[in-house]
Amino acid sequence: MFRKIATPVIAILIFLGLWELLVWANGWPNYKMASPSDLPPAFWKYKELFFVMGWQTLWRTIVGLFLAVIVGTLIGMIIGFSKLARDALYPLLIGFNAIPKATLVPVISLIFIGQHDFNTILMAFMISFFPIAVSVGIGLSTLEPEYRDILRALGASKFTIFRKIALPKTLPEFFGALKVSATLAFIGTNLVEIVSPHGRGLGALFKSGETNGDYPLMFAVLIALAFLGIILYYAVIFLERVFAGWADREGN
Amino acid sequence: MAAPFTTKGNSIENLIEIKGARHAYQTASGPLPVLDGLDVAVPSGTFAAVVGPSGCGKSTLTRLVAGLMKPDEGEVWLHGERVTGPRKTVGMAFQNPVLLEWRTILDNVILPLEIVAPTMPRKDRIARAMELLDMVGLTGFEGKRPSELSGGMRQRASLCRSIVHKPEVLILDEPFGALDAFTREDLWQTMRDLRAAEPFTAVLITHDLRESVFLGDQVIVLSGRPARTQYVMDVDLPADRTLDVLFTPKAADMLHVLRDQIKIAQGRDVEGQA
Repeated sequence: MFRKIATPVIAILIFLGLWELLVWANGWPNYKMASPSDLPPAFWKYKELFFVMGWQTLWRTIVGLFLAVIVGTLIGMIIGFSKLARDALYPLLIGFNAIPKATLVPVISLIFIGQHDFNTILMAFMISFFPIAVSVGIGLSTLEPEYRDILRALGASKFTIFRKIALPKTLPEFFGALKVSATLAFIGTNLVEIVSPHGRGLGALFKSGETNGDYPLMFAVLIALAFLGIILYYAVIFLERVFAGWADREGN
Repeated sequence: MAAPFTTKGNSIENLIEIKGARHAYQTASGPLPVLDGLDVAVPSGTFAAVVGPSGCGKSTLTRLVAGLMKPDEGEVWLHGERVTGPRKTVGMAFQNPVLLEWRTILDNVILPLEIVAPTMPRKDRIARAMELLDMVGLTGFEGKRPSELSGGMRQRASLCRSIVHKPEVLILDEPFGALDAFTREDLWQTMRDLRAAEPFTAVLITHDLRESVFLGDQVIVLSGRPARTQYVMDVDLPADRTLDVLFTPKAADMLHVLRDQIKIAQGRDVEGQA
């Protein structure tokens, strides 16, 4: 247990040490590259803003991710169970996913003008539902027919088969995708926060650091974002342990 | 060849009866006939082994009996009733044990009871499952996950699951096909013991002629695709047979006849008549 916590902590400390060394050895001023020692003062100076903005970023990301889970799972179920839907929807989904989401920021801010919270959540959702939809779809469509037949031969309904077999069997793939989606959702949130004028959240704080030439603040925001990303990632890991812990084979 | 069909409600001689089944799958390149005049009659309480060349439609036969599909032509009867869809009185086991990885062995065995007997108290379900696990030698493994068991043990658990709800008909689709030779012989004996203790009528699909003779009361040879019933052999060996029986001249003669029949089914000449 001690090793489990100590190992990543030591790795982070080594990383920060190397970063500090790099900046010191090159003699870079903090407007070129801030060093780790610049960060605590930056955090301290804006500590209230970090809490307020960090919370805004976090809740909007989580709501967007939550929507991505619901809609992604639904789309995954549709393309997983129906070959017709799969043939029809795959090109659309892939095309949509291929669009750089930054290009959609002006589009959605024109459609939903002034709805900053809504736009941010929408972007977090749009950027993160794809991996979930694809993995659930693949999980369901590759279910071996024998799994279905053992219950179907007893006259079980489609819903019972889904609940007792297809759904739990897809959970490991689902959580694999959710880990990817959780970090993607942060990208979506920040995209809107940074690009749209009068934004809120950590993205807006980053933008104001840039406007005011406060480089340590910009780096501090990046670290805060990384920190939130790590928290959300481990929250997903925790849920995975609870709901799909059986897929984790000890010793393998 | 098949015993005469008895009408509904009368004393039923054949628990499973397939008469003149014909079926073709629709594929992109036109219909692919898989069954062309399949007749199967399995008397109540007996064990029918079905052998035939690869891809001849043996699995289609299991799906017909299970009510998972209907033939284009012909009739499938179970217990004097026309099969029109799935029924709760069927149990299935496959080559792949298809255990649910997120459930313990005990809860895997219980699964059919959750569908067939939703009101049965959990205590009774456990008692029934434990009785079967004991019979196949898995006592002490009920709390393990499938991934912690060997292939043979998983297949034992799968067999328990297929009969936990006391099905009238047990359908075995090459359940021992993926096991090594020694484990397979162990499971043959387990199957023989289960048969003596449980009341099912069984259809066993297999590629192994020794298996068909050891477990079957009759061996049905199907022709190459599209399959028809080519040959039926009654296995005249004692019910409590041991593996030694396979080394008797009588069994050797039966195996020889079956082997020749398989060659005919494959479209090859009987050996020596090239």
